[in-house]
Amino acid sequence: MLLRELSEALGVSGHEGAVRELILAAIKDLVDEHHVDALGNLIALKKGSASVSRRAKRTGTPAKVMVAAHMDEVGLMVVFLEREGSLRFRPVGGIDERVLLSKRVLIGDNKVPGVIGVKPIHLLEEKQRNQVMRVQEMSIDIGASSKDEAERLVKLGDYAAFDIPFAELGGPWRAVKGKAFDDRAGCAVLIELLKESYPFDLYAAFTVQEEVGLRGAQVAAYSIAPEIAFVLEGTICDDLPKRRDVSPTTTLGGGPALTVMDRSVVADPRLVDLLVDTAQKEGIPHQFKQPGMGSTDAGAIHLTREGVPSAVVSVPSRYIHSPACVLSRDDLDNTLRLMRATLARIQGLDLNR
Amino acid sequence: MKELIRELTEAFGPSGHEDKVRNLLQARLQGHVDEMRVDPMGSLIAFKRGHPKAGVEAHRIMLAAHMDEIGVIVSHIDDKGFMRFAAVGGVNPIALMGSRVVFADGAVGVIGREHPPSPNEFPIIDKMYIDVGAPDKQHLNRKVGDVAAFCRPFVDMGQRLVAKAMDDRIGCAVLLQAILELESSPHDVFAVFTVQEEVGCRGAMTSAFGVEPDVAIALDVTLTGDTPEAWPMAVALGAGPAIKVKDRGMLAHPGVKNWMVSTAQGLGIPYQFEVLERGSTDAMSIQTSRAGVATGVLSIPSRYTHTPSEMVDLDDVQNTVKLLLGLLSSPISL
Repeated sequence: MLLRELSEALGVSGHEGAVRELILAAIKDLVDEHHVDALGNLIALKKGSASVSRRAKRTGTPAKVMVAAHMDEVGLMVVFLEREGSLRFRPVGGIDERVLLSKRVLIGDNKVPGVIGVKPIHLLEEKQRNQVMRVQEMSIDIGASSKDEAERLVKLGDYAAFDIPFAELGGPWRAVKGKAFDDRAGCAVLIELLKESYPFDLYAAFTVQEEVGLRGAQVAAYSIAPEIAFVLEGTICDDLPKRRDVSPTTTLGGGPALTVMDRSVVADPRLVDLLVDTAQKEGIPHQFKQPGMGSTDAGAIHLTREGVPSAVVSVPSRYIHSPACVLSRDDLDNTLRLMRATLARIQGLDLNR
Repeated sequence: MKELIRELTEAFGPSGHEDKVRNLLQARLQGHVDEMRVDPMGSLIAFKRGHPKAGVEAHRIMLAAHMDEIGVIVSHIDDKGFMRFAAVGGVNPIALMGSRVVFADGAVGVIGREHPPSPNEFPIIDKMYIDVGAPDKQHLNRKVGDVAAFCRPFVDMGQRLVAKAMDDRIGCAVLLQAILELESSPHDVFAVFTVQEEVGCRGAMTSAFGVEPDVAIALDVTLTGDTPEAWPMAVALGAGPAIKVKDRGMLAHPGVKNWMVSTAQGLGIPYQFEVLERGSTDAMSIQTSRAGVATGVLSIPSRYTHTPSEMVDLDDVQNTVKLLLGLLSSPISL
């Protein structure tokens, strides 16, 4: 899978071009049609056989299936250039301020390297040690000594993304580390799915701006007008040992995580049942994501037009929305297996009620 | 009508799992409407064709009442078989204390709470659990994602009725009753029993897109200010259907509001105006569907909303049916 390249590509919400080019190169020979819509979503169609499409119309079996994964990642934006050359910034998408200090970033299309400055421990007052530093107080150092110098390298509104190399960690689950597994893991699985043939029309939507409010998916779903949708995600995994017996949200190595309900969607029970049944038949490990947490593109897709029955399948990823995430290649492979096997059974699905 | 209300309120139907309520309504509507369908999200859409009347401009009217109720969803099962849960919709933690919940298969669970460090500590859902009496995790026949509703029988107090899920099965009952009693309307009437209102008025959004109405009325409960030391609100139980002026999610269309007022006055039906400072209804989603819909709300006053004991007044309920029938028979001037 293309995980390394996808993880290292820079694509903060609203600036997904580099990720899109990478994906387009990987899928253009696998699909019948593709286009980039007005917001920047990459939409690809893999046509099914017409006879099945006709039969589907009679039986209530979906003939038009959307599978979506978002290309964007959380990051930063330069909002002010200080007189002495440092850059003030704000988060794009949900970022915990505690993960920012002393991180390396790459700014703008020229990938200007910078570091988020931190005050040495020697100079910290007692009070500061017990406080979270606010993003308003932080700045990026690009080595410039004046505003003029800084302006030659970056400009106001430039995006900054975390500068983190991908690496194999190994271990029993074949762990890897990198940035932006939310949702490049989903993108990687969706690319692989396009290598198969399907009896129905499969629309793959690589969406933009999920992290700032499910915006790309909303318009992609409107133009595709699918009958059902699957969203592929990289999701929260909080499985390190805890003192209390509470939910890990998902567990690394536990297989693809199925959403029943999150803040944005109640997954269609018929699709969830199909996923569970398929996993059981194929012997694919799987788990349920802790209900009530997070939101995904399915939140926008399922409310499109007259409504789209939707489900979410996620690859568990530790430390999402931070510079360094960890996921298991086993989970990634099992997510692909589950999606392949489930899509192969769509013909048996009857959505009439 | 009491039997219908009992049947509807006792049915299981947290947001996203409205099948049982829908089946009940479908069975009652069969043969009384021109067309009936279930949309992709699960909302039930029943259509009654209008009969053109000379001099009356025909409209395409959507009437919406939501089938779903608030509930809880299992989020984690610990080794001893206690289930942690999250809220489905706006669940008040205080209302959960001492409550029982019931799962789709009829299994009943008790809501328990961790011992609070101080007796005055406000209960929060993260520190509660569901106990179905299983000795441990291995003997528990439940999984993460299972959904449960409040478990409480309907009570007929005579003039007043108490049940869980009056919000919004009472709206469903009013809408169903009106459709069954409606002899003829100059307007095309779409009775829509929506899904997933309690998690963000979602079913109304998609069904409104499908129905494409030009006028819409949501039927839902509203809060009252008539109980001891209540939050000030000029709505009282028994004072008639409440005509919504505004809530947190919408401003009622003045034309629709005036149509409601003049119809109520013409028929001598008591009514009250409603300004709701918390919450909203399906009308919020319908109003902004496609190019916009002239939308209002007829509210049935309800005490103790979002608890297992929601109380409504039978006269209010019957007057809402009467007013709705009056509205459907009259011309609309927006």
